[in-house]
Amino acid sequence: MKFAKYVFGAVVALAALALAHIDPALAQEAEAAATPAAPTLSAGDTAWMLTSTALVLMMTIPGLALFYGGMVRKKNVLATVMQSFAITCIVTVVWMVIAYSLAFTDGGSMNAYIGGMSRFLLKDMEVGTLKGTIPESVFMCFQMTFAIITPALICGAFADRMKFSALVIFMVLWQIIVYAPIAHWVWGGGFLAGLGVLDFAGGTVVHINAGVAGLVCALYLGKRVGYGSENMSPYNLVYAVIGASLLWVGWFGFNAGSELAADGRAGYAMTVTQIATAAAALAWMFSEWLVHKKPSVLGIISGAVAGLVAITPASGYVGPVGSLWIGAAAGVGCFFAATTLKKAIGYDDSLDAFGVHAIGGIIGALLTGVFALKAVCGTSGLLEGNPGQVLIQLEGITATIVWTAVATFVILIITNILTGVRVSQAVEIEGLDINLHGEVVQ
Amino acid sequence: MKLVMAIIKPFKLDEVRQALTELGLQGMTVTEVKGYGRQKGHTEIYRGAEYALNFLPKIKIEVVVPAKLVDKAVDAIVAAAKTGQIGDGKIFVVPVEQTVRIRTGETNESAL
Repeated sequence: MKFAKYVFGAVVALAALALAHIDPALAQEAEAAATPAAPTLSAGDTAWMLTSTALVLMMTIPGLALFYGGMVRKKNVLATVMQSFAITCIVTVVWMVIAYSLAFTDGGSMNAYIGGMSRFLLKDMEVGTLKGTIPESVFMCFQMTFAIITPALICGAFADRMKFSALVIFMVLWQIIVYAPIAHWVWGGGFLAGLGVLDFAGGTVVHINAGVAGLVCALYLGKRVGYGSENMSPYNLVYAVIGASLLWVGWFGFNAGSELAADGRAGYAMTVTQIATAAAALAWMFSEWLVHKKPSVLGIISGAVAGLVAITPASGYVGPVGSLWIGAAAGVGCFFAATTLKKAIGYDDSLDAFGVHAIGGIIGALLTGVFALKAVCGTSGLLEGNPGQVLIQLEGITATIVWTAVATFVILIITNILTGVRVSQAVEIEGLDINLHGEVVQ
Repeated sequence: MKLVMAIIKPFKLDEVRQALTELGLQGMTVTEVKGYGRQKGHTEIYRGAEYALNFLPKIKIEVVVPAKLVDKAVDAIVAAAKTGQIGDGKIFVVPVEQTVRIRTGETNESAL
């Protein structure tokens, strides 16, 4: 198999890199980069971050796997849950080898854009190494769960038609070329952090990033066979409800965990997360009730996810009333994106990765600049007389969209040359489960 | 002997079964089927995407009855399965040439 050869080549390359890791010159460089600040470990913070890490991992497996798996057709259920599960494993390894280092270490002269190699293979991350008041190992694992869910979200856009071999290659490259740099820009001391962009838990890094990458994938792969004419109703919406509910619960780890401490601001982040989610779910439900005459189950859970997405960048910056507005705006905005906008433009974003995550992320990131409260985060938003913050937010959004769109497109071209990105029409019609994985759901 | 074949709304199955049992009939065969008549199908909407479903789920009951019970059986099914709404279903009656009970080899009406 052609694909097995690539995997073998990658393993050999990895082994060579691991040996290079012993190189004394590299080790010295790492010593210079490691600047130990010496705050003490907080048991409370550490306990909360261990918990948050588990919650965020649960968002992808089984949360997102079930959410997406329930929405595709029966012939593609296993292939869809396989994508979330495989990405969890792939990203864990890539993160450990290189992506964590690129995202969260000092990149020297390139630090505005990308981190360095001082944590290559997690070098020098000892048992006692701290990051703030928690062990760096906990911080690394917490951030890893974000690095896992972001590419997994993209799968919603190309569901039902991507080759699994292509997905493996795409995800490795995307993690290194797209996710790690953008995470570095916002959270690793890069140029967006320097500009003052507010993104508490990943509105730009995770959601706009994944949503725009999803749109590029949907456009590059083209529409599914039979899109617009065949019945593509979901296999089992109960799975989707379970998945969305796990996402909601896990999101407390995502947002309140992003405070990296067990404190009052984490409590505030949790509060606004709950309020915005409920508001968005209701907003989508009522919009749909008005337009399509029935309040659907798929509608209310889609609205909840839209609310979770939109409050993500805002969660450590806004108050309860602000979160109510952010949720309502996301519910209505994402409803129109996933129904009217998608139809008008004509792209086939199978499970609305763009309509929910990019649009919800943009609404949330912009409204963070409107509703940010000085009393919560030390920065005022538009409503407290600081209109400039909205422009700063816009810069963060634009930079993310441009980089992820261009880089995702290039990665797709490379992947297409290596393995082809789309399954054959015969495979697509018969189903991915039996053809790609040799299994079926009865 | 006649074969009475009734297509009914799924939730009416138990009432029909009870009505036929009260007539003294001792068995029936039930199949989950899909189809349409004047009721046509219905429409499902998922995030704005509308799908027309032409075939609706129904239950098909097959029961073979002695000739003298046919009218009573048909009346019982009509009474039990009727809601008055479109989509209540249909009943077909067709002749049966032979019946054999496999266990004993009994034939025709004594095999029913």
